[in-house]
Amino acid sequence: MGVDLSGLTDLNKADLDALTANSTPGDRAPGKAAQRSTYYAGLLSTVTAATPATDWELVQRLRSQAQAVAQEMALPSTRDEDWRFTDLSPMLAITLRAPALTTLEPAAIAAFAIPEAPVRVVVVNGRFAPELSNLAGLPEGVTIGSLMAVTDRERLASHLGQQGSQDAFSVLNTAGLNDGVVIELERRVQVAKPIHLLYVATADQPAISQPRCLVLAKAGDSHCTLIEDYVAIGQGGYCTNSVMEVVLGNCATLHHVRLQREGEQAIHIGKTAISQDWNSHYTLTTISQGASIARHSIDIAQTGPGTETILNGLSVATGEQLTDTHSSLVLSHPHGTADQLHKCIADDRGHTVFNGRVFVDHDAQQTNAAQLNRNLLLSPKARVDTKPQLEIIADDVKCSHGSTVSQLEETELFYCRSRGLDLATARSLLLDGFAGEILDRLPIASLRSTLASQIAQRINPGSSS
Amino acid sequence: MIVDNAPTVLSVKNLTANVNDTPILKGLKLEIKAGEIHAIMGRNGSGKSTFSKILAGHPAYEVTGGEVVFEGQNLLELEAEERARSGVFLAFQYPVEIPGVSNLDFLRASYNARRKHQGLEEVDPFDFEDVVRDRLQVVQMDASFLDRSVNQGFSGGEKKRNEILQMALLEPTLAVLDETDSGLDIDALRIVAEGVNQLANEKNAMLVITHYQRLLDYIIPDYVHVMYDGKIVMTGDKELALELEAKGYDWVDELQPVGV
Repeated sequence: MGVDLSGLTDLNKADLDALTANSTPGDRAPGKAAQRSTYYAGLLSTVTAATPATDWELVQRLRSQAQAVAQEMALPSTRDEDWRFTDLSPMLAITLRAPALTTLEPAAIAAFAIPEAPVRVVVVNGRFAPELSNLAGLPEGVTIGSLMAVTDRERLASHLGQQGSQDAFSVLNTAGLNDGVVIELERRVQVAKPIHLLYVATADQPAISQPRCLVLAKAGDSHCTLIEDYVAIGQGGYCTNSVMEVVLGNCATLHHVRLQREGEQAIHIGKTAISQDWNSHYTLTTISQGASIARHSIDIAQTGPGTETILNGLSVATGEQLTDTHSSLVLSHPHGTADQLHKCIADDRGHTVFNGRVFVDHDAQQTNAAQLNRNLLLSPKARVDTKPQLEIIADDVKCSHGSTVSQLEETELFYCRSRGLDLATARSLLLDGFAGEILDRLPIASLRSTLASQIAQRINPGSSS
Repeated sequence: MIVDNAPTVLSVKNLTANVNDTPILKGLKLEIKAGEIHAIMGRNGSGKSTFSKILAGHPAYEVTGGEVVFEGQNLLELEAEERARSGVFLAFQYPVEIPGVSNLDFLRASYNARRKHQGLEEVDPFDFEDVVRDRLQVVQMDASFLDRSVNQGFSGGEKKRNEILQMALLEPTLAVLDETDSGLDIDALRIVAEGVNQLANEKNAMLVITHYQRLLDYIIPDYVHVMYDGKIVMTGDKELALELEAKGYDWVDELQPVGV
């Protein structure tokens, strides 16, 4: 680990250089700070240069505000508390470009189809691809389209770009705000079949694509399942920097599935920002298994009483993968409930990070909040960092939080073997069980089996080890 | 039942074993023939459960001497799963909960592992449902238990019934029941014991490990052994269990030579 510099106030720069040169990983070396600023500035100019002008005042304003904020920012380092365990240094070696225009044949993405979700919104390298999408069969009261094609722009004014913390990546996304997907649900709309929002990266170029999506469910008894799905064609390195904003009006229900199955060399940065009005129900089920470095930030605010939030998460890191989940849930009204279960599996030299904050504010009386992070360490070189955080100001609440890190239980393995299963079968059975607790919460049957076998392949290559 | 000229199922000679470098078994001898039901009684710490774990092949128990022969083969050379497939079954004192793994899938994997070893065809999920439903009656278990995770949220009695269900599916040649009566009320005890009795026949053998005589009212043993300090020090018939119950384990202590 690095040198603790917090108590060293009288040292000059040369001393610091001497101290850190011998003992700290590259990420913290002072010389890198300038490099991080330069790199981020480069990203910013790449992104803004590729962003066409617009006459939409709201978008103009959001962009210029973000660009101004971004001037002061740099690529995060492990000195930033929020990025303590997630080293982005490998990014510095990749010069990212704006994605070239790409046209795909429908056959190229056929394998990603989810049978239960015929309605499909396809975005290729950050650009909405209507020719690959299928919007037929949507019930009345659901509108899906490109952000720039929205006709009633006024309606979006109070929602677009209004949520979530201003971190370097979401600012970068907004600075280049251009295309995006807008999904609107009128009141009382019941969308029977899930909507598949498919983000395809063509990993043939070191590009940074910046998907953006805004989901607006109006007040009233609407119900919808949305599958946000990140996939890749090809094996090269690239970066996805995605922002999803969800605004749930009162009594709206959304089950949001988020699948991160990016290419092996990808860097995936994602932000999910949710605001929930009274009596709304939001369930997020995330499965993160792709990319070399993945960071997902979840930012949820309950903005009215009687609101329910359920967060299910499964992160799998094998090989040299790093998968980081940061969630923040703020409850500030009475009778809210929150239930979070996040599970991580780290194998080989894989590294998982979980940082979950639940904040129960003064007025959030009668809150019922539970948070649990369970981690499975499968190899001596694997690493798990976990930080559940519960902050409670209100005094009449029922809250719990916890975190466990373990290996596969010897007693469970022996029990399986005593019933005739060999060690490899016993291992994979127990792993399936560990992952299954989250996969079983997916509301789409075909995904449960597909993802279970994808994950099993990652962890048990050949299932003979 | 004691059958004349029955083949030997298990032969244990001078078995010694350590747990965490502490000697627990100190020269155990036992011979079990097909058709027989044997009971081992003894107070806590006498080595009963250690013996059952060693028979099942638990890796944490270190055998330091002696031999264990099961149906003519050296049992100690086999991995735990090979013993199970060959027909050794341990009903656990504390059956393990496996969250997320369906009981039905677990039972089928286990059943097929045994069948494959016997040179029989594996059974697909559809046919297996018929097989398992038939066996559920042995322990009067509801089919809803099949869809739940293995032992998760099961009561003590339900866990033990699930053990006997596994035994009914695997049809072992040697079944070792480790304190199967612990934590059971009288109704659950009766159901479990009746299940075991239905499964006992002239081809297999049972080794019932218990602390109390109570279970032996339901599963009638042909032989009762008393274990003391890692050895079998007394052998008798079911009357010995009653005598032990009446006189207590202090009686066994007093019969031991001083200083051992």
